[in-house]
Amino acid sequence: MAIADLANPTRFLKFANRTIPWLGGLTLVLFAFAINQAISAPDDYQQGAAVKIMFLHVPGAWLGMLGWGVMTVAALGTLVWRHPLADVTAKATAPIGAGFTLMCLVTGSLWGRPMWGTYWVWDARLTSVLVLFLLYLGVIALWRTVDDPARAARAAAILTLVGALDLPIIKFSVDWWNTLHQPASVFRLGAPTIDASILIPLLISALAFTLLFAVLLLAAMRNEILRRRVRTLRLLQASTAG
Amino acid sequence: MRLSAFDLACRRGGRDVFAGVGFSVGAGEALAVRGRNGAGKSSLLRMVVGLVRIAGGRLDLEGGDPELTMGEQAHYLGHQDALKPSLSVSENLRFWSSFLGAVSADDGGALAAVGLEALAGLPAAYLSAGQRRRLSIARLLAVKRPIWLLDEPASTLDGTAQQELSGFMRAHLAAGGLILAATHGALGIDGAHELRLGGAQ
Amino acid sequence: MSPLTAILVRDLRIAMRVGGGALMGVLFFLVVVTLTPMALGPDLTLLQRIGPAILWLAALLASLLALDRLFAADHKDGSLDLILLGRAPLELVVAVKALAHWLTTGVPLIIAAPLIGLLLNLDAGAEAALVLTFLVGTPALTFIGLIGAAIAVTLRRGGLLLAVLVLPLAVPVLIFGVAAANAAVAGPVPFGTPFTILCGLTLASLVVGPFAAATALRQEIE
Repeated sequence: MAIADLANPTRFLKFANRTIPWLGGLTLVLFAFAINQAISAPDDYQQGAAVKIMFLHVPGAWLGMLGWGVMTVAALGTLVWRHPLADVTAKATAPIGAGFTLMCLVTGSLWGRPMWGTYWVWDARLTSVLVLFLLYLGVIALWRTVDDPARAARAAAILTLVGALDLPIIKFSVDWWNTLHQPASVFRLGAPTIDASILIPLLISALAFTLLFAVLLLAAMRNEILRRRVRTLRLLQASTAG
Repeated sequence: MRLSAFDLACRRGGRDVFAGVGFSVGAGEALAVRGRNGAGKSSLLRMVVGLVRIAGGRLDLEGGDPELTMGEQAHYLGHQDALKPSLSVSENLRFWSSFLGAVSADDGGALAAVGLEALAGLPAAYLSAGQRRRLSIARLLAVKRPIWLLDEPASTLDGTAQQELSGFMRAHLAAGGLILAATHGALGIDGAHELRLGGAQ
Repeated sequence: MSPLTAILVRDLRIAMRVGGGALMGVLFFLVVVTLTPMALGPDLTLLQRIGPAILWLAALLASLLALDRLFAADHKDGSLDLILLGRAPLELVVAVKALAHWLTTGVPLIIAAPLIGLLLNLDAGAEAALVLTFLVGTPALTFIGLIGAAIAVTLRRGGLLLAVLVLPLAVPVLIFGVAAANAAVAGPVPFGTPFTILCGLTLASLVVGPFAAATALRQEIE
């Protein structure tokens, strides 16, 4: 390990230690605000209060996809730019992205039960999000199975880049196929189709969850760097013990 | 106690490895098994301990426990170390102690005797080859069995560790145990008999 | 600690520390179930009807994949030699290893099954029956797989051979497991009949498996 490699992680640790407390506090405040907004938002005339699952479901979907996007950039960082923090980022993001994707699947399933009468259908959007979840689990399994961190990073990076092909499929699946899931309402050409009284709480909720994503990511990266240091120290201990 | 072999023959993979081998080792005695590679040193040890079928001849153990098989009264130190990389040094040793029937709950100072007690909590994956060998040797010290069957015990050990190993072997013999060791080099024990496999029969 | 307790604790520790393990088995289970509607089409009624069969097949395949973890590592690092020289009877040692394997591979499948059953639109009755059959049937899969794992232990590319050996032996478990799961939902046969037979199969495997596996191991270690 060159000195340059150690310097960046150390600077990152200092940055993380300073940032996590206040960012975490800001996240809590934003969640309090978001919950307040969600409660005061009007019920849907058809679905009643159930529509508010959207405030969990939609951010979960966005952040699940964002997670894979972060991992894709990190993968390029590992394979192309050789950035020292790239594989730490990739490894730390995987469980967080998987968690948000799971939240999306579970809340969607609970929402679908009263709406469609079933917990699950095999339509294009749900299936592609489930495939994303499986890809996440596969990458996590890969990280845990390969012992050498450098080899694991390269293998995971390749898998991540290939899996990134799923993201546009998820996004456009509701347009390309006839699906049970509703079409895009926010990120589309032209104005969003949701009324502002629901859109505003949704965006606030999304912002709160995004900050949560950032806090969790910083903490996970910090843990991973510390974990690698412990490993190095142990190797040192064994080799100097004689 | 006396371990004797008469006219032992070994057949592995359809090929005759050796035939007509005989020896006799008593309590407090050591036998060095020598021969070129492929002569059957490892096969002989595995045959004595019970891991390889006896193709001809017979093995006798006088003075041992009649209720136990040979393998249950012997320690076998093979080429491999039988260590799990995900378990710590002390967890590995304590497992074999318990499994092989040690009386006391701790390792009886075995880890300290091989100089590994500073690394007791470290996962075994971090050990060098010589350290792993020493951990395997600690197994012989933690559980008392009268017969030691050692296959190239000093391989991967440095000079100091080899001398310590000779010390352990001498102590074992002094306590009335017996040793069969396959080795290319010197055993470091005075008065060890020699058995040569292959070549002049 | 007695020798058998020692080996149980050791195998559980290793299974929990080595990455993969339980997660991989459940992941494979989920992947196989996900593939089925892609092959058969998304018709929920059809999926509900064949759901228990799909889940049982997926569980069987997932158990199969994990089987070489039983003996391969011990054989490779020389632990199997020493186990054969221990004072605990080999049949019991093998049974304890199988128990540790089931706890770390079978139990996660039992827990995951009802959740994954939702993907196939199973209703509450079918889910309950499925979990019961898994609870009783997965130990049989492990203890039968024990035999194949022991026979294939010294072979270098034993993986496929292991599958070929174990699958025919596991067929009765599959038949009665699916029959019991289906009987709870549809059909004239009461749940109890195939379920009792499944219990019998499992009990038989708990005895036959370790004895056959121990015999195979002793032969192999030449």
